[in-house]
Amino acid sequence: MNETSEMLNPYFPIGMQFMVALGFVMISLLTSWFLNPKINTKNKLDVFESGIPYVGNARMQFSIKYFLVATLFVLFDVEVIFFYPWAVNFKDFAREMGINGFLKMLLFMSTLFIGFIYVIKKKALDWE
Amino acid sequence: MEILLFDKIFLIVIVFAVSLVIALYSTLAERKVSAFLQDRIGPNRAGTFGLLQPVADGVKFFFKEDIIPSHADKALYILGPSISMITALMTSAVIPWGTYITFSGRQVAMQIADINIGILYVFAVVSIGVYGIMIGGWGSNNKFSLLGALRASSQMISYEIAMGLSIISIVMMTGSMSLGEIVSQQHGMDWNIFYQPVGFLIFCTCAFAECNRTPFDLPECEAELVGGYHTEYSSMKLGLYLFSEYINIFISSAIMSAMFFGGYNFPFMDQIASPNLVSIIGVFVFFAKIIFFIFFFMWVRWTIPRFRYDQLMKLGWKYLIPLALANIVITGTVMLIKYQFFN
Repeated sequence: MNETSEMLNPYFPIGMQFMVALGFVMISLLTSWFLNPKINTKNKLDVFESGIPYVGNARMQFSIKYFLVATLFVLFDVEVIFFYPWAVNFKDFAREMGINGFLKMLLFMSTLFIGFIYVIKKKALDWE
Repeated sequence: MEILLFDKIFLIVIVFAVSLVIALYSTLAERKVSAFLQDRIGPNRAGTFGLLQPVADGVKFFFKEDIIPSHADKALYILGPSISMITALMTSAVIPWGTYITFSGRQVAMQIADINIGILYVFAVVSIGVYGIMIGGWGSNNKFSLLGALRASSQMISYEIAMGLSIISIVMMTGSMSLGEIVSQQHGMDWNIFYQPVGFLIFCTCAFAECNRTPFDLPECEAELVGGYHTEYSSMKLGLYLFSEYINIFISSAIMSAMFFGGYNFPFMDQIASPNLVSIIGVFVFFAKIIFFIFFFMWVRWTIPRFRYDQLMKLGWKYLIPLALANIVITGTVMLIKYQFFN
């Protein structure tokens, strides 16, 4: 276009947007903090547990399944990210390299899929 | 440089204002749509047709007492809704709202930041959004909040994989991850939905799950968990959580219409001579598509009942991920045949 557009880093507006978003959140929280009434009683500040006195700490043990899902997510998401550079270049691969560029990706995809089958066979994703 | 900076600031402020106004009026629209679908009238006291209702709600949020429970972790308790809101507001930076507007000899792009990894940026910001819910639920130190936060985060990360896979077929066809490039390649009526209907179905399902909307609203299902991760929240902090949900709906509608329904492209756009007119109509067309999808979100909410948690996980992992992988393989095969034999 013109020479000025090359001077502006494309990520710079994102930084500006972040500052605006941060400003909006801070202003709205501070405004409500100054505007609202503060009448604190012990019962009001207690943990809500459907109206009855609360029992124990909230941070107790929870199902291991949640942790398992989080671990599997990290594994699979990293593998998904590896698809992206290939997908961006796939048009050129299909034109120039023919089936070669696709077969190598199928190999990678099948290792992902074998891992996926293993996870399912181990019943890691069964919630019953 | 200064002029360009000014353009960007102007655009950011406009996009900000528009997304806030649309999110505000989505709350009214939700109540009106639910009333319509259930044969009721809906809010009609504040202003004509209840048009001032969102303003009244917003003002009320500011004046309500802000309670920080004595057992809560104060820093995390405040950080949670802030992260949710900031991430919801950040995604709009890479969406192309229109092409270019030319005035006084300058071309002004209607996209805040045309970065070449647009889609990855969206995914990255959406992933940070999980922290907002998780930190809020953990910081509240309440059993309902913690369970809601656990459900929300594991649901969101599960559907993120299928979402990432469903986009890959679009990236393969386009050869670019920049949203601006993806939209400009769908010129006229050449929309991606005609090539990737399965990809769209997967993406749409995942978008519902990422926004914690019915049928995937288990994180806050009121019958079991009171309010889910925002049980302990009140005043503007609750407002930020609820508001960020509506902004997320707006943003996912925008991304769906940009990636699959041509964004600002509309049929017969080449027959209009003035490029400025084309881009202005384009912006309106884009917003019409977005508003249709926002309506779609509400339509589904008041039509389909909630899933059970094991059904939700089964759908995300056992059906959507293999389906998305198959979609990639089929797209690759078709493209290979096309470029090898018909070119």
